[in-house]
Amino acid sequence: MSDAIDERRSRGPVQRKGLGPRPVAWLDPRGRTLGHLAFVGNRITGLGLVFYLYLHLAVLSLLLRGGEAWNDFLELATTTVFLLLDVLLLFGLLYHGLNGLRVTLVGTGYVPNRQKALWWVGAVIGTLALALSAFRILGES
Amino acid sequence: MSVTIDALTEADTAGTTAPPAGPRRFRVFRYKRGDERPHYETFEVPVGHRTTVFEALRWIQVHRDRTLALRHSCLHASCGTCGVRVNGKEALACVTMVHDVGREITVEPIANVPVLTDLVVDMREVFERFPDDHPIVRGSEFLDDADTPDGIASYERYEDCIECGLCVSACPVVVTAERYVGPAALAWGERVLEEPRGAEVANLLSWANAPDGVWRCHAIFECTAACPSGVNPAARIMSLRGTLLGRRLRKQPRGSDPT
Repeated sequence: MSDAIDERRSRGPVQRKGLGPRPVAWLDPRGRTLGHLAFVGNRITGLGLVFYLYLHLAVLSLLLRGGEAWNDFLELATTTVFLLLDVLLLFGLLYHGLNGLRVTLVGTGYVPNRQKALWWVGAVIGTLALALSAFRILGES
Repeated sequence: MSVTIDALTEADTAGTTAPPAGPRRFRVFRYKRGDERPHYETFEVPVGHRTTVFEALRWIQVHRDRTLALRHSCLHASCGTCGVRVNGKEALACVTMVHDVGREITVEPIANVPVLTDLVVDMREVFERFPDDHPIVRGSEFLDDADTPDGIASYERYEDCIECGLCVSACPVVVTAERYVGPAALAWGERVLEEPRGAEVANLLSWANAPDGVWRCHAIFECTAACPSGVNPAARIMSLRGTLLGRRLRKQPRGSDPT
């Protein structure tokens, strides 16, 4: 197999589906189905959550600068714009978590033919949970 | 009534004597050995209400450019040789109706496989993903007394799989993981495990249970959406994972016969 891959480049140009260089070609949604949408969403929310993790650590490090710095941050954290970012974060958590459960159930062979139905189940649960949470979060602003 | 395209004049509608439905603009991928890079050429093709993409391509070949290379055999979706991408989506040209794909139609070779010329790809890229000396469920119904080409002892088949490579083209994982064995080979593996018929399958599970085997799949199911033969490769990969996981949890030795 590896020999074949090394040799393939001499056979002719290889067309790729998707725009852009190879590392991001998987993002292109044209001609794709629900499974690809779920996959792209999972990767984007995953990258977002990793970014949030480091952001969270950076925010917590404000405690090292004393109580006043922390209180200033809390004032910012209760503004409507910041609370909307909290809702966005919650969307990422719900999408990644629920889709992760879907992939686990499908990917371990328990329900290999139910990937679309499970996506819609997750979408309904996630939308309801997000709507309720957004109502609670933004109601406090 | 259908007629062969070679019998038609340039003014006739591609592939049919039915009343013309108007021209369609075809943007066709072109590449010849030695070209610096591939390019696209545009052709206006008169089509009827039942013209297929293949018939339109043949019309281009007969009436506009004899050098356009395309591959075909059965023309009824059972050989898999006319697999292309139509407006970015994998399809068998012989059974894809022009009317179903719009007024402007881009035709490209399948992705993730080296292009030999124009719409013709090197299918070795698909078959080399199968392990060497692999068992099959049954041989092809090829006549015993018929000759086979040099280097081919007998014809094989992977049951419902028509070996078109559309699943390899559609898979987003193959784009970034070249060593991934891909949906066609893994679906074959699951099919053999499902019905070994006495074949030696001990090595099959260890072959599939590799980082570039079933575990590289991201359960995207684009292969299943692209498959024109109902093989459902993604579900077969998931079933293969289930088999491997079940054996692991039961602490059965890897590579032993699962049946």
